[in-house]
Order: sequence, then structure tokens, then C-alpha cells
Amino acid sequence: MTDEQWQAVFANYSNASFVELLRGTSPHLLPALGAGAPEDPMVSAVPHGTTVLAVRYRDGVLMAGDRQATEGFQVAHRTIDKIYKADDLSGIGIAGAAGPSMEMARLFQTEVEHYEKVEGDGLSLEGKANRLAQMIRMNLPAAMQGLIVIPIFAGFDEKAGVGRIFKYDITGGRYEEAEYFAQGSGGKDARDSLKKRYRKDMNKEEALRATLEALLDAAEEDIGTGGPDLIRGIFPTVKTITRSGFGEVPDDEVRRACEALLVERKGRL
Amino acid sequence: MPLPYYVSPEQMMKDKAEYARKGIARGKSIVALEYLDGVLLVAENPSTLLHKISEIYDRIAFAGVGKYNEFENLRVAGVRHADLKGYSYSRGDVTGKALANAYSQALGNIFTQDIKPFEVEVLVVEVAEANGAKNEIFHILYDGTIEDEHNYAAMGGQADEIRRFLKDNYREGLSLQEALQLGVRALMVTQNKALTERDLEVAVLDRTKERRRFRRIPPEALRQLLEGSK
Repeated sequence: MTDEQWQAVFANYSNASFVELLRGTSPHLLPALGAGAPEDPMVSAVPHGTTVLAVRYRDGVLMAGDRQATEGFQVAHRTIDKIYKADDLSGIGIAGAAGPSMEMARLFQTEVEHYEKVEGDGLSLEGKANRLAQMIRMNLPAAMQGLIVIPIFAGFDEKAGVGRIFKYDITGGRYEEAEYFAQGSGGKDARDSLKKRYRKDMNKEEALRATLEALLDAAEEDIGTGGPDLIRGIFPTVKTITRSGFGEVPDDEVRRACEALLVERKGRL
Repeated sequence: MPLPYYVSPEQMMKDKAEYARKGIARGKSIVALEYLDGVLLVAENPSTLLHKISEIYDRIAFAGVGKYNEFENLRVAGVRHADLKGYSYSRGDVTGKALANAYSQALGNIFTQDIKPFEVEVLVVEVAEANGAKNEIFHILYDGTIEDEHNYAAMGGQADEIRRFLKDNYREGLSLQEALQLGVRALMVTQNKALTERDLEVAVLDRTKERRRFRRIPPEALRQLLEGSK
């Protein structure tokens, strides 16, 4: 075997990486290879996802997001889904420029699945979180122009037997949150709301309630975040990630919880 | 400088084919069977870590017999092909036919151009989306020959005997358990020893599942399925 062949077999640790495969074979499909330019006023005309959050509860993690995408002061889309299944045991909530964010979520899904198929075993949760950090770092030139992608990553750690939540900054910095986190334009309001309502070891109903209240608070305070739309019947997306996998809280259940919440609020005013 | 001996192309191909066939005949066999909800793959494989059957994409599975490193290379190439295609177009655009063609091209080129041919045969199986549509089973040989098979397929050392057995015993509309028991009986056709769950690697493409239809049947579940009717 030549040196090069040895290299290919042993030194190329990224054999199982889909991103590295793209870099080698079709670099034009990789997001954000553009050089950084000063912030462009056009950027606000690109649809942006607004509020996503993740909360730890007894069985794992609950992830939720509102359904609105905004373009400056306009509504770009009313029914966007911001929580994506990464694999059976993890999910990604996207906030920031919607186009690049969705592309990154799709690339990340493929990356995780590709690794699992090539290696025969899935990546650890830690490994997935780090891989996502590297992909966010790839987006830094675009982020400097204002096309920011800052997802929340959450999943169930099989080794530790608990749900875990990771947040990121635009440079790919990765920080683990022990209780909850919310990201996006209404993120701060949702976090403030969760700070008051979060308790350790909540059951699913309690976690769902705290989550929906946080999204409602964010929708009230932040113009970008969409509240429950009773006319069209649009309610937040809520997903759960537990030992038994990535699940969805049915629309019906979310709608009922939302309506109960609104009635209760009305009673207070 | 000594002149290289002249070998007629015909002789060379014959020798290569014989070499590849001998390599494949040494290995154990694999059968694929269509059943009610999809396609079942059964391999005689005592190892639980080195797989002969694997997932390629949502509805596509791969099985290889012969030399492990060679079909493993083909398998990884297939996963790359499928993921690249699915990412640049859509998941629905990844087809078993395109993949089977790629394997056929690759094996054909290796067979004619390289000194040593690959000692492998592979199956590319694609399960149909819904009842009524047809499953696809492609069988690709060491020299790039490609065949599409119906109802069942067999490859490996005792493929001919197994195929004969299945021809007589296969019927359409088998349940998973019936298909599995038939598959295991087929693998035992040429040997006296009974095969237990520890000697088998079994996976299905189950069309009733969401998105990724491939799943392995773990030894415990396998034992129950095998013992079911006894």
C-alpha cells in the first residue's frame, strides 16, 4: 500500500462524516462558504425564525417553538416548524435566519444518520452536540453578515440516562444548560417566564404547561413571536425526547392546553 | 527483458471468473424473501458485530457475501451515494435501481481492469412504498452482471441448492414468521446442522414503519419467531 492509501484508511477519521464527504465531492452544496462582508441591510428582508425552547423534565426533554417566521416587520410564514428530529434520541430547534437554519438542520440530520449507517453505531449525544458546534462555526462568515444560525440542541443521553440541553453562540461555542433554555427574538422573554415556572422533575403535563406559558409570554412581549392563532387553529409545535425516542405531543393536546391557558389568563385580567 | 506470456482475453476472463466464484463459494449464504409487509433478509453469520446485511437508505437495504473487506467497501460507497443524492434532491429520489446500476458498473470495471476481481455478490433490496406496488430485489455478481429477482433471491456458497428449494417451497403472502422459518430452512438445505438464533443475522425492510424502514431483529425476538410454530 502506498502512503496515501494508508492515510486514507487510518488517518482519515472523518470517513463517517457526511459534511466532509460533501466538502470533498460537492462543496457547492455546503452552506455558507461565502466570504464575510459588512452587514447587509438586505438581511432583515430574509425570513427569520423567532422563538424556540427546551425544558428538562422527569422523562427527558421537551422542545417547543412558535410557528411564525418574520421578514423585518412582516409575517413571512405562519406555520413554519422549528423543531426538527435529528435522530431517534435528539432534536434541533432552529432560531435565526430561516433558510440557512433549515438547511443546517437538514445537513445535521443527514450527518448523524450517515455516521450511524457507516459506523454501525450511533454517535453519542456529546459527539452530536460537538459536531453541531463545528457546523455552526462553518457558518461564521455568513453570521458576520447577519445571517445568524443559533440552534438549540437537546436529546436523551443513553449513557447518563437523562435529557440534556445545549445552546450555542455564532462562533460555535457550546454551552450545556442544566434546566431549560430559550433562543430567538422572544428567547429572553421565554427564559424569564421559565425562570419563574421551572421546577425540578416536572411531569410531562407540568412541563407542557410551563412551555406553553413561556411561549405565550414571548408572543405577548416580542413582535416577532407568533401567539396561538385561534382563527386558523395554529398552535406551537411541541416534541418530547425520552428514553423511548423522539415523540410528538399531539396537536389536539397542545390546543386544549393553550385554550385552558388563555381562559385562565382572561380570568385574571 | 523477458516478454510477458500471451494469454487470450477469453482465457483471462474465464480464469478471473473461476477465481471469483471459488472465493464466493467458500462463504456462507444469504436469502432474501418477500413477505406480507416487506422484504426479509436472512444470513448465516455467527458474528454479531461484523454485518452482512445493512441499511442503505429509507427503503433500501444491502447484503453482501464473499470477502468482507470488499463488500464492506461497496456498502459504504452505497451509503455515500444514497445520502448525497437524498441531500441534494429529496429522500424520495433515492432509488435502489440507481444504486444497483452503480454497483454493477463498479464491479464490471473492476472485473475487466484489475488483476484481481472482487470475490463478492451483493443484493440491493428496495421495499415498495405501499401495498400493491412491487418490491425490488437486484442481484449483482462479481463481474457486474445484474439481475432483478422476484419473490426470493439467494447468493453465496450454496445459492443454487437454496434457490431450487425456494422455487419449490415459496408462496406469496407469507407472514414474517413463515418467511423467516422458510428462509432458515432454505439455509439448512445443504447442511445437517440446525441453525439457531446465534448463527443468524436477520433484518427486515418493513413498509409499515415510518421513514427508515430497515430494522434488525435482535436474537431474543428471533428466538421467539423461530420457536413460534414448534
